[in-house]
Amino acid sequence: MKIHEYQAKELFAKYHVPVENGILCRNVEEAILAYSVLEEKPVVIKAQVLTGGRGKAGGVKLAKNVDEVRDFAGLILGMNIKGYIVDRILVTQAVDIAVEYYLSFVIDRNLRSVVLMISRQGGVDIEDVARKTPEKIYKFVVDSSVGIPDFFARRAAFTLFENMDHVKQMVSLIRNLYRLMIDTDASLVEVNPLVLTREGRISAVDAKMVFDDNALFRHPDIRFLRESTEEERKEQIAKSKGFSYVGLDGNIGCMVNGAGLAMATMDIIKHFGGNPANFLDIGGSSNPEKVVDAMALLLGDPNVKVVMINIFGGITRCDDMASGLLKSFGQIETKIPVIVRLTGTNEKEGRELLKNGPFILAETMEEATRISITHAELQK
Amino acid sequence: MSILIDQQTRLIVQGITGRDGSFHALKMKTAGTNIVAGTSPGKKGTRIHGIPVYNSVHEAVRETGADTSIIFVPSAFAGDAMMEAADAGIKLIVCITEGIPTLDVIPAYNYIRKKGAKLIGPNSPGLISPGKSLVGILPGNIFLPGKTGIISRSGTLTYEIVYNLTLKGIGQSTAIGVGGDPVTGLYYKDLLELFEQDPDTDSIVLVGEIGGDAEEQAAKYIRDYISKPVVAFIAGKSAPPDKQMGHAGAIISSGSGTAKEKVEAFAAAGIPVAGVPSEVPEFIASRKNSYKHL
Repeated sequence: MKIHEYQAKELFAKYHVPVENGILCRNVEEAILAYSVLEEKPVVIKAQVLTGGRGKAGGVKLAKNVDEVRDFAGLILGMNIKGYIVDRILVTQAVDIAVEYYLSFVIDRNLRSVVLMISRQGGVDIEDVARKTPEKIYKFVVDSSVGIPDFFARRAAFTLFENMDHVKQMVSLIRNLYRLMIDTDASLVEVNPLVLTREGRISAVDAKMVFDDNALFRHPDIRFLRESTEEERKEQIAKSKGFSYVGLDGNIGCMVNGAGLAMATMDIIKHFGGNPANFLDIGGSSNPEKVVDAMALLLGDPNVKVVMINIFGGITRCDDMASGLLKSFGQIETKIPVIVRLTGTNEKEGRELLKNGPFILAETMEEATRISITHAELQK
Repeated sequence: MSILIDQQTRLIVQGITGRDGSFHALKMKTAGTNIVAGTSPGKKGTRIHGIPVYNSVHEAVRETGADTSIIFVPSAFAGDAMMEAADAGIKLIVCITEGIPTLDVIPAYNYIRKKGAKLIGPNSPGLISPGKSLVGILPGNIFLPGKTGIISRSGTLTYEIVYNLTLKGIGQSTAIGVGGDPVTGLYYKDLLELFEQDPDTDSIVLVGEIGGDAEEQAAKYIRDYISKPVVAFIAGKSAPPDKQMGHAGAIISSGSGTAKEKVEAFAAAGIPVAGVPSEVPEFIASRKNSYKHL
């Protein structure tokens, strides 16, 4: 789960990580007021959207007087950045930047550890730096049993700074950000740029945090910050019913048990020239209610012309799966063709049962896919 | 032979009194697995399907000499359960539980390693050495004892591929689901190494998916160190970026972790990648043949 920069900065401030004074505004009048509260010194006006690349899109502007504040606030509010409409801006004190750095805490899958990454290449696209000049990024692997002792933070700080005052500021910033990450179950804490000002202060000019969805159950305060797009809301409703759902733009609705098989089902549809409408993993069990809910989800998408059900009967045998499907389709009314491919334990018995239902039966994934694509074409 | 588990495996089921723990304990027992104990704090003295239940893993190990454990406890407590098993001297820990916070898995994984134990999972279907032992939730009846080793990030997709292999008479030595989370225990490299050393494995199927770069690393490792024929399958070729595809670890982030990169890495290492699951048996059969002629 992502949060906005201003929300991340509030968390930073709580953990004594230096950030500039800023005020969240929802309209031009508020921005002008914020400018006067910030003593009419130069301010940066920043779009608050849950996506990257705000600067490139023109969503970050320096304003030096009240006219510029009015103009830029008006320009940025309402802007469309990668499909997100800007409804909030952060008006924040501008800093006199001496040097820009990069700092992040990430989870490294291969090392199975939290890793501190720092670089002198701040304020630019870090993935670009990683691709072209990986030697310019320093990585420090955190031992989870001890966290970040002083020496560890000092070692990292010395790679960027020589001045002991700067090193000291950096050490406490590193330790505090790590504490924040652990306390909130974040999967990413990123500061880009982290700046050294001309007065010698280190400050987090930007702030990005992503949280582990699996840990939100123990962080009600973070969960409360969730802002979902319409698509994400659909995914969350599906999740509350025990499904994993991701909407796509095709016309073949898919219902599959298991995430890997669900991905392979989308792939095979594409492979044969069709277009999947979604990814949907309904999990194990032959519970008829689940299938009814899943069908409602698929049929709620007006693009869906055909439904392809691909079930592997393992622990839950195919005959049980078939009875479940029959029961649920007793309650579903639809004219859309439903292609079922059932395989695994007791598949013959399962298919025999399904002959009594409103289904088109297929034996293999290839066959089910070809039939689905043909029907999808016919419905156009 | 097989890798990691066989008839000698002495298994503890952690969380045996829960719905899933109890259900799968019976399935595993029926499949011939030697389950020596279950644990559930406060349930000592009860029996589940005739299996004695203890309060702690330490107690269960002391009383039964168990060497392997399987974890079914809820996600909020599973990190703790993994560490308990390692501390009690369990050598192979298989975690089935899905949805464990990553920052619980990281310290547990590192603790397990320090104790000299191995972890499979979390969010794994477990593993099976057909005809010998099942430590997981895989449907035992679709497997056939044989010589192909299987390593996979998925559950039902693995069953689909195994089912296709079994239908064509290609049996399996051991099949392992490494788990669909971003941070998990044993992975491709560790398992490829074990299969390479196993005299009764003559070929390997690797089932990967989008997210991370483990497949790319595996491709290089296979090219350099694995003499046995390997066939790969990659799920998620049509997955959109920045969306979790069911598994917490199956996500294309910042444009990396795509199926395309993975397929290209295997191609560059000379490893055939099946386009659809049903191609896997053909590929294995033809690769085995071409190796025989060498």
